[in-house]
Amino acid sequence: MAMNYNAKDEVDGGPPCAPGGTAKTRRPDNTAFKQQRLPAWQPILTAGTVLPIFFIIGLIFIPIGIGIFVTSNNIREIEGNVFMYYGLSNFYQNHRRYVKSRDDSQLNGDSSALLNPSKECEPYRRNEDKPIAPCGAIANSMFNDTLELFLIGNDSYPMPIALKKRGIAWWTDKNVKFRNPPGGDNLEERFKGTTKPVNWLKPVYMLDSDPDNNGFINEDFIVWMRTAALPTFRKLYRLIERKSDLHPTLPAGRYYLNITYNYPVHYFDGRKRMILSTISWMGGKNPFLGIAYIAVGSISFLLGVVLLVINHKYRNSSNTADITI
Amino acid sequence: MTEALQWSRYHWRQLIGGATRDDDSRPYNYSSLLACGGKSSQTPKLAGKHRIVVPHLQAFKDEYEKFSGAYVNNRIRTTKYTLLNFVPRNLFEQFHRAANLYFLFLVVLNWVPLVEAFQKEITMLPLVVVLTIIAVKDGLEDYRKYKIDKQINNLITKVYSRKEKKYIDRCWKDVTVGDFIRLSCNEVIPADMVLLFSTDPDGICHIETSGLDGESNLKQRQVVRGYAEQDSEVDPEKFSSRIECESPNNDLSRFRGFLEHSNKERVGLSKENLLLRGCTIRNTEAVVGIVVYAGHETKAMLNNSGPRYKRSKLERRANTDVLWCVLLLVIMCLIGAVGHGIWLSRYEKMHFFNIPEPDGHIISPLLAGFYMFWTMIILLQVLIPISLYVSIEIVKLGQIYFIQSDVDFYNEKMDSTVQCRALNIAEDLGQIQYLFSDKTGTLTENKMVFRRCSVAGFDYCHEENAKRLESYQEAVSEDEDFTDTLSGSISNMAKPRAPSCGTVHNGPLGNKPSNHLAGSSFNLGSGEGASEVPHSRQAAFSSPIETDVVPDTRLLDKFSQITPQLFMPLDETIQNLQLETLYIIDFFIALAICNTVVVSAPNQPRQKIRHPSLGGMPIKSLEEIKNLFQRLSVRRSSSPSLTSGKEPSSGVPNAFVSRLPLFSRMKLASPVEEEVSQMCESPQCSSSSACCTETEKQHSDGGLLNGKVESLPGQPLACNLCYEAESPDEAALVYAARAYQCTLQSRTPEQVMVDFAALGPLTFQLLHILPFDSVRKRMSVVVRHPLSNQVVVYTKGADSVIMELLSVASPDGASLEKQQMIIREKTQKHLDDYAKQGLRTLCIAKKVMSDAEYAEWLRNHFLAETSIDNREELLLESAMRLENRLTLLGATGIEDRLQEGVPESIEALHKAGIKMWMLTGDKQETAVNIAYACKLLEPNDKLFILSTQSKDACGMLMSTILKELQKKTQASPEQVSLNVDLPQPPVPQDSGLRAGLVITGKTLEFALQESLQKQFLELTSWCRAVVCCRATPLQKSEVVKLVRSHLQVMTLAIGDGANDVSMIQVADIGIGVSGQEGMQAVMASDFAVSQFKHLRKLLLVHGHWCYTRLSNMILYFFYKNVAYVNLLFWYQFFCGFSGTSMTDYWVLIFFNLLFTSAPPVIYGVLEKDVSAETLMELPELYKSGQKSEIYQGSDIDIFAFGNPLNTAALFIILLHLVIESKSLTWIHMLVIIGSILFYFLFAIIFGAMCVTCNPPSNPYWIMQEHMLDPVFYLVCILTTCIALLPRFVYRVLQGSLFPSPILRAKHFDRLTPEERTEALKKWRGAGKINRVTSKNANKSAGKSGRRPMPDSSAVFAMKSATSCAIEQGNLSLCETALDQGCSETKAFEMAGPSKG
Repeated sequence: MAMNYNAKDEVDGGPPCAPGGTAKTRRPDNTAFKQQRLPAWQPILTAGTVLPIFFIIGLIFIPIGIGIFVTSNNIREIEGNVFMYYGLSNFYQNHRRYVKSRDDSQLNGDSSALLNPSKECEPYRRNEDKPIAPCGAIANSMFNDTLELFLIGNDSYPMPIALKKRGIAWWTDKNVKFRNPPGGDNLEERFKGTTKPVNWLKPVYMLDSDPDNNGFINEDFIVWMRTAALPTFRKLYRLIERKSDLHPTLPAGRYYLNITYNYPVHYFDGRKRMILSTISWMGGKNPFLGIAYIAVGSISFLLGVVLLVINHKYRNSSNTADITI
Repeated sequence: MTEALQWSRYHWRQLIGGATRDDDSRPYNYSSLLACGGKSSQTPKLAGKHRIVVPHLQAFKDEYEKFSGAYVNNRIRTTKYTLLNFVPRNLFEQFHRAANLYFLFLVVLNWVPLVEAFQKEITMLPLVVVLTIIAVKDGLEDYRKYKIDKQINNLITKVYSRKEKKYIDRCWKDVTVGDFIRLSCNEVIPADMVLLFSTDPDGICHIETSGLDGESNLKQRQVVRGYAEQDSEVDPEKFSSRIECESPNNDLSRFRGFLEHSNKERVGLSKENLLLRGCTIRNTEAVVGIVVYAGHETKAMLNNSGPRYKRSKLERRANTDVLWCVLLLVIMCLIGAVGHGIWLSRYEKMHFFNIPEPDGHIISPLLAGFYMFWTMIILLQVLIPISLYVSIEIVKLGQIYFIQSDVDFYNEKMDSTVQCRALNIAEDLGQIQYLFSDKTGTLTENKMVFRRCSVAGFDYCHEENAKRLESYQEAVSEDEDFTDTLSGSISNMAKPRAPSCGTVHNGPLGNKPSNHLAGSSFNLGSGEGASEVPHSRQAAFSSPIETDVVPDTRLLDKFSQITPQLFMPLDETIQNLQLETLYIIDFFIALAICNTVVVSAPNQPRQKIRHPSLGGMPIKSLEEIKNLFQRLSVRRSSSPSLTSGKEPSSGVPNAFVSRLPLFSRMKLASPVEEEVSQMCESPQCSSSSACCTETEKQHSDGGLLNGKVESLPGQPLACNLCYEAESPDEAALVYAARAYQCTLQSRTPEQVMVDFAALGPLTFQLLHILPFDSVRKRMSVVVRHPLSNQVVVYTKGADSVIMELLSVASPDGASLEKQQMIIREKTQKHLDDYAKQGLRTLCIAKKVMSDAEYAEWLRNHFLAETSIDNREELLLESAMRLENRLTLLGATGIEDRLQEGVPESIEALHKAGIKMWMLTGDKQETAVNIAYACKLLEPNDKLFILSTQSKDACGMLMSTILKELQKKTQASPEQVSLNVDLPQPPVPQDSGLRAGLVITGKTLEFALQESLQKQFLELTSWCRAVVCCRATPLQKSEVVKLVRSHLQVMTLAIGDGANDVSMIQVADIGIGVSGQEGMQAVMASDFAVSQFKHLRKLLLVHGHWCYTRLSNMILYFFYKNVAYVNLLFWYQFFCGFSGTSMTDYWVLIFFNLLFTSAPPVIYGVLEKDVSAETLMELPELYKSGQKSEIYQGSDIDIFAFGNPLNTAALFIILLHLVIESKSLTWIHMLVIIGSILFYFLFAIIFGAMCVTCNPPSNPYWIMQEHMLDPVFYLVCILTTCIALLPRFVYRVLQGSLFPSPILRAKHFDRLTPEERTEALKKWRGAGKINRVTSKNANKSAGKSGRRPMPDSSAVFAMKSATSCAIEQGNLSLCETALDQGCSETKAFEMAGPSKG
């Protein structure tokens, strides 16, 4: 305290010695900000003031809900592009140590990571003194059943439905995030020095015959590597493209699903499913969102009405109260 | 406490600084001390308590190095850190905080591979950010200190150089102990030094200590005995003595030591010889001193303890809530651990889920559960709001900033505003329940105005004087500011006999000449003041209201009998009549000389006036001539106004009247004029009052030179004098004496000059002064009377003390004794009268001593003075020996007027439910009177007085009063049985009975004893106000302590003087009033204000705001964290309690740290639930704070799942804040929108940049994907609405059905002024009914405030809704019949618990 005073004294040249020294007052500035008088919107939440908000919410939400609901219901099944999913239940792909057990650098084609995968992959990091590519528990447990769909038409011979393998992964995943290691033309050469995951039947460079869909950029693999959030999940498996406007993609009839069973689920009480669905601007057939919107909108509208009543009553009662006081 | 802290800090610094000075091990040659007859009882062990100062000269080189060389030099360093030790030391200090340690623990935990939840680096992030912010803040603060230090260290002073053998310029920092320093007038003293030489022939030097203690009056310091007699300046080369004194300490009022000459002769040193660092030399041309303490060892530095740190109640509660959070966290983690164990035991063999350790073995579910517990702690760490502490600190800084910049606290007169010295208890201002106030200087102005006196048993009521005061009051109420600034000119008018005194008070006028006088043609201010009155401050205790005393006519009549012959041998016959006259003379002489007032001339500021007969000083300097010239020329310029008057003596005020419209408004003219004419009828008066006016005339008529010649050699004008007193009472008495032509002319250590009109100038030889102290409660001067040539002791002091010291058996015979008894009785009666009027009383007494008696006493006293140890006790004894067998002369009554705005403020504080206690040292009658005047007590209050002589009686009385009170209120049984532990005693205001309690100091002592404490508290809880009179400082603090600890309430103590310091320190909040009594109270306080009335806004507005803001913000922080952590926790049920987070870790950490931290901080700084005006008008709203009410199956990828959750949570959390906000400015909007944009920006950029980084939660392109998907927006909007709807509806219903008083008051802000006053009237009229209803409303508000949990359940609902929506919406599906049913039941399942 004392020292501050001295300093000030000295800076001013010592007030007693300097006549007419600048009389700088300590008066605070009288500005709106400093005096806390900034113009402010002061919401007072009473029935009267917020009534419009409820009605507006109601008026906006109900149409949106109806819109969504209708769109969702209008999705005519098995028309347009049909998406084929496989579903697993009771499979905890979201387990923390499971989720961690991968090496993104290796998957991005980093050659050093290829041969020396991250420690996170343990214990699926090395096998028989060779680095595993792709390493980790996620890759190791990749879904490897094969699903084939046949239409049993009028002919006795079942007609196979063309299932498209490409286009099921995010574009950015396939083109940026996942890359095959650099090197020679031959994929096998690029993966030289590595070994396949323990549970896999084939090495990673033999996942598909199409060179653009093989190795790390195999779309089935990419889809699997995007771990599911909940223990019951489905993953996109194939696309069934619409052939022409005239015919439905999957015409009515009997179908035959051929499953090459590689993937055991029974010992963790799991279930496998196959799902077919079409898609609209708002995703697949999903009545929930629309119903939710309608419900919220209606509740809001109802509340508005209740508040209207309250407001009416309260006004009256408060007025009388004022008079009695 | 602080002292101890200060010392430990000091030693710590020593340790760090590497200065290896050690008091005990210092080589110390003690034989010299013993050889020269010093106290042989002193053992060498005591040596450590002393220091030897050897002059820093060539001759003493060896010795110097041996002793003084090791003392610290004058360089100061108040900074905590250096560049090198900043990082380690700052970290060391920060880790004293438990929260930081907790987070450090988390970081360490995350390095254990088994439980690692995040990447190691990520957990460190919050801690690093928090530490960095605090470190930057500390660093900036320290840097500011460093700059100030540097500035001070590099100041230049004149130091004697042993090489060059002359004084050379040197920096302050290079000054060392033993250096000789030569200072000129107005220079600041660089280090504590012993005064060896002063240009003043009497060896005096005046210093201004305002930098040290804020007292603006001058203090006298004396050259060491033996040096004062030397005519020439002390020659350092010839200085061969050494000084021994105590080791550095922080006691400003004590300095003990001695100076030992080379011939072993010793001279005692006292604080009178010590010049303190930081003070300024005044009135003295030059001084030379030798440094004894330098740098950090100076008393100023040892007293300099920085801002105080207290922990506020709210913060303490928040801390306990943090502990609850920890408990919640542990429970969550336990659930997680157990759940994981159970889950794992189902899949023990499944290597998919139970991934083996690297070495291939599988951990058992039990162990895994144990690990999971720690993992969960890391994962859910956001529950403990680390940013809370940083945010609280930032918010508090903001609040302090706004308090300090409130223009309403600005006091123009003192150019000061509120000072927040404690930075972190602002919100406690909103919770005060008990207020303890000092009286003098806090409630009152501490402007002592002489009101009346009683001499020799006759009361002189000074009616005219009373009239004058009333007129001031009116003027004050009419136009306060104007009067303040114009005080100088008012004094001109009010004092017709002394028009030139105007210059005395022109200090403020000179500084602001154009402000208020611009409009008038009266140009006195600018002409006279500007260059002539350089010191900005007005001399303390010298406002016109204090200085101008109008004499009582009856007393003046008696003055006419005064002749010098009175002191001749007397006739027996006229003795009686003359005795009274003699009493009167003695009385006024005592008033004039029994003090420590310093006389100075105003127009030669702070330059001592010398009587020609004493020094015969010619004009000293060119400066002085210039000053004089200016003074005279101004007089000339204003001369037309003087000559235009009808008569010089009465015409002067008239001339002013005609020029100043204000004057007529003040209704001052007539009484004063009458007074003047009355006075002038009496011969003595007119002759002396002509004195000034005559010179005045000469100045105006005669030329400039003429005036100078005539005025200078002659007697200085009585009215030109300016008195600088240490206490306002003293000044008031000296001014009163002056009004009766008994003018204190000058004071030197040896002599006091008094100009007594009828007797001529009297020169008293000053033999001794026994200064005032609070133990003796009196002061005395011993003088040799010039007329009777006797040794006379004049004593003045508190009536209770003096009355006990009066002579019982007078040697002068029976008649005199009898007369004394009569006088004594009469005076006592008058004293009681005065006290009833609220006046401060002092008794004046004298004692005549024979020379032999005096010599005897002096010898003993000298012994006491020179002793180093227990000198205080010896001096006290010595004083007791002198001050006895006194003869009572009379008594004075001094009025201390209430500060403006005090009654209104007290009323408002009462309404706000604050119980107020007044603790004063004054006597009972005075205290009660003031209490009524300031509306602390009201006329229809029932007043109980506790004044007993024994403890038992006290207990009895209290129980009787209690019974009576209970009977009167017919209170319900549970109200009667007061539980002392309950924070809320029965509220007597509600029951209609209003009681006040008065308790005296002695009784208070009994009441504070353990056995009666409870009863006393119970009694006081019934009373609206409590007045404790005759309370000692210690009692004051004990009372505060008692109330604070036993009732567990928030207490505030406000005071202005040193006697309030202990009380201020004990209370939860201490407020210092920076008044006229120095800065000690302010130094000890948490907040310093300049007037009591500011307390009203400080508590009612800022206190309320700070409290609501901070408590809401803290609650919001908890809500925010609990809500977010619940998201994480809920997810654990779906991932096998494996500790997975569905969000990217960075976002998770940043969510708390960045995205949602700024809006609450802004809310905490700017939130305004009710406008300041309404809060001021409805003090009842304050009550809310007192009761602490406010403080209360999908296909989707895991991280894409978290993203909309995060986004929705962000929206929800931010919009929730909007619902809770009572006022939103553009700053709020900016920050909220900024936060949202920042989140999106961060997510997008992070999502685009990060291809392989941050495994496993690689956020690559997720945000972009989502932002292209309309469902994302639909889901976010829907969940936000659903989550917020319940809260919103709740708030709305609360607002319309059960509005809290705050809410209702808020409506007032919207009304037009007319409607507003109407509504306010209604509100106040509502009275009791209102109170009851508001209580209910408060209760409900209280409940609502402390409920983060319902909201988090809303978040559950939101979350489950999201999960369903996402699951079903994001990637499309055409459900097969089986599947659809499954997912729908699931949706209901999830919605189920959240609704329940």
